[in-house]
Amino acid sequence: MRKVWDIHGGIHPLENKDQSNQLPIEFAGIPEQLVFPLSQHIGAPAVAIVGVGQKVLKGEMIAEAKGLVSVAVHASTSGEVIAIQDNPVPHPSTMSAPCITLKSDGKDQWIEHQGINNYLNLDRTELVNHIRNAGIAGMGGAGFPSAVKLSVRGEQTVETLIINGTECEPYITSDDCLMRERADEIIAGIEILRYLINPMKETLIGIEDNKPEAIAALNRAAEGTAINVVSFPTKYPSGGEKQLIQILTGKEVPAGGLPGDVGIVCQNIGTTVAIYRAIAHGEPLISRITTVTGNACDHNTNYEVLLGTPVSYLLDHSGFHQKKCSRLIMGGPMMGFTLENSNVPIVKTSNCILAPTVDELPPPTPAQACIRCGMCAEVCPASLLPQQLYWFSRGKEYEKLEDHNLMDCIECGACSYACPSNIPLVQYYRASKADIREQKQDAIKAEQSKMRFEARQERLDRQEAEKEAKRKARKLAAEERARDNNNPDPIQAAIDRAKAKKASVKSEKPAAENATESLDRARLKEVLANVEKRLVTAKEKLKQAEQQGSDNVEAFRTAVEKTNSKYLKTKQELITFNAVNPALSDSSSMPAEKKILTGDAAQDAIAKALAKRDAASSMTDEERLQNAVSAITKRLQKAQQKLAEEQRQEGEHIDLLTNAVAKLDLKLADADAAYQQFQNNNHD
Amino acid sequence: MTELIAQYPFFAALLALLVLGIPFGGLLGFAAVKFKTEGNPIADQVESLLPQTQCGQCSYPGCRPYAEAIANGEAINKCPPGGESTIQALADLLDVEAVPLDAEHGEENVKTVAYIREDECIGCTKCIQACPVDAILGAAKQMHTVIVSECTGCDLCVEPCPVDCIDMLPIETTLQSWRWNLPKPVEILATDRTTDKEVAA
Repeated sequence: MRKVWDIHGGIHPLENKDQSNQLPIEFAGIPEQLVFPLSQHIGAPAVAIVGVGQKVLKGEMIAEAKGLVSVAVHASTSGEVIAIQDNPVPHPSTMSAPCITLKSDGKDQWIEHQGINNYLNLDRTELVNHIRNAGIAGMGGAGFPSAVKLSVRGEQTVETLIINGTECEPYITSDDCLMRERADEIIAGIEILRYLINPMKETLIGIEDNKPEAIAALNRAAEGTAINVVSFPTKYPSGGEKQLIQILTGKEVPAGGLPGDVGIVCQNIGTTVAIYRAIAHGEPLISRITTVTGNACDHNTNYEVLLGTPVSYLLDHSGFHQKKCSRLIMGGPMMGFTLENSNVPIVKTSNCILAPTVDELPPPTPAQACIRCGMCAEVCPASLLPQQLYWFSRGKEYEKLEDHNLMDCIECGACSYACPSNIPLVQYYRASKADIREQKQDAIKAEQSKMRFEARQERLDRQEAEKEAKRKARKLAAEERARDNNNPDPIQAAIDRAKAKKASVKSEKPAAENATESLDRARLKEVLANVEKRLVTAKEKLKQAEQQGSDNVEAFRTAVEKTNSKYLKTKQELITFNAVNPALSDSSSMPAEKKILTGDAAQDAIAKALAKRDAASSMTDEERLQNAVSAITKRLQKAQQKLAEEQRQEGEHIDLLTNAVAKLDLKLADADAAYQQFQNNNHD
Repeated sequence: MTELIAQYPFFAALLALLVLGIPFGGLLGFAAVKFKTEGNPIADQVESLLPQTQCGQCSYPGCRPYAEAIANGEAINKCPPGGESTIQALADLLDVEAVPLDAEHGEENVKTVAYIREDECIGCTKCIQACPVDAILGAAKQMHTVIVSECTGCDLCVEPCPVDCIDMLPIETTLQSWRWNLPKPVEILATDRTTDKEVAA
């Protein structure tokens, strides 16, 4: 007897296996319609390669694997494809997914197929390809593509090949019956696996000791081979991959690792049969053994079911009573999920349809508060702390969940089973696992987005820099050209042109503003002044020459005469000019030194004011007062005129003007009074 | 030596401090140069928590500028794509109070991806220029399309489109992306009494 190890925790629920394992496997028959979900496995969904209306034969591939981690789907009977569309699929989400619907023609006509006589002559890779093309996925529950598991891995050598015949979950007996009835096929399948994997040490079949008939059958079949049938005490969940490895070899798969890390490959019993059929007979995976059990069914047994058969078809064959059934479960009572719809098909991973009555499997009672009893930790086969995980899960403390190895939870449900408060612990873990996975996905995506964003930013900067460089190069080239052609800088030339234009406009401006005559007058006056100056100097020189008795006296005299005549002529010209332009003659009659035209209004005003002040200072007080009175009178008259005008036009400034008139009136009165007083004083 | 110290205690103390101070000062100076941190480490940490949608809903031109602003004391609740979980993570990192999302900058919506109705696209490339992560493929006068796996759902491409042919579609749940939900945390006291419904059943 081989030594077996024990695992931590575990539970012993009622086995309930006897209901369904008493009868031999029955062929369920060919339903009218079969539905093949494109995704019956872990990995990318398969891609349909048939069209609607196409006739297919039994075993014909109708959807091919897409990528490495994916498996093909084959028609399980002959018929016609009538739809490729979304249909309800067996999944806890109760969602619909793309499916191929086949209408069977009842002939069940096989496609031409042929087994491999001596697979030992074949290359391993070729053999794995056969398995891949047969669409085999792990039939224990998860549905991992078998070909991927069996692919040759670089340096990793396999010590032990373990075949999982544990079937630890209550009610399910499909593997049990398979082992009883088809032990030879199983052993043949294992031999193929042994050739593929080439285990260095041993090949083990692990079976719980509650299946003595299966153990006996396998022992018989395995006689004379290197295959070792190992039985061990029944306990849930010994059938978990990591748990079985521990039980059989004492090795623990490291957290987050795979069995390959400890040199072990695990395969399910059902998978070995599928591999045998694929290699020995060339038959793809088109059927499986499914247990139909539960008190809501009269006839509990195992069926050989064509994949794609609706669950309702199986239930009809088993005397199912809808009224008695509390809920329909696919899988076992521990890890299965409720089916909302009995029209979903049997797929590669469907090992059991459970139709319990209310008494048999009552609906879960409401969860109560955790009493921290610690039962969950005692039963956990992964040696986790379910209670801690529960609290962290509720608090969404994902980091702590990971620190407490939530990801090593196999979701066996032992903790929920043991919980006296009926807390659906596994549901918390599943949700939290999904959250953590989602967060990790988001983190990866964020990193990717960041990289793309930075790459884009860098590209934009680079483009901008390139543009700038080009611009600079162009400018430099233009300058170079300009210098080469000895041309002035075009921009500078343009600026110069613009400046010249502006200047010319400016010089034209005063001419346009001032009358040309004023300019002429100014010119004449200037000439006159010059001539006058010259006359004075000429006269002085003449006087000096006469005094010194110079020889040039005559010359000086003629010069004086000439200058004098010129002076007179200029003066005449100015007078005639003034006569022609009388309007401006007033200003020209002012003293010469004050008549200089500056062209500046402010300067003019200052000059005028100065002249006025000079005049005023020369006035007597009496005159000044008189002037003031007359000035104010004038202003008053003007103001009154304006007021009259405004009143006539009904302007808006009437008030203001009235005020101004009144003020001027007052001022006039003051000035008058001052004048009178002055006169009175003088007379006194 | 001891005599000297006894004679000039003040001078000796000063000398001792000086002798200690010079090498340690040198050591610190050397460490400051040798172990100089490039950039702002807090901003880096903050940035690693942001969702990198580059959507600008926080009113900063990208996640990095917002991260730098947070490092300089900006509020942590301006990131709608990150939502509550990002705010919580930032609060933990910066040891500040987690505050609810600032509604001014938008609400935490379901995740979306841009979808170009290709029949209506006129090939103006405006959306391509607007996309912060280069997730739109196309050329002038050619039809454009969105690389779904790269799209962050920032909706910056929607506004520039002159023909309004871009939709933001919520990401649909598939069998692969479906997930279990947390059970409703109702903890009631159970009774032995069977309800009327159960009796009827």
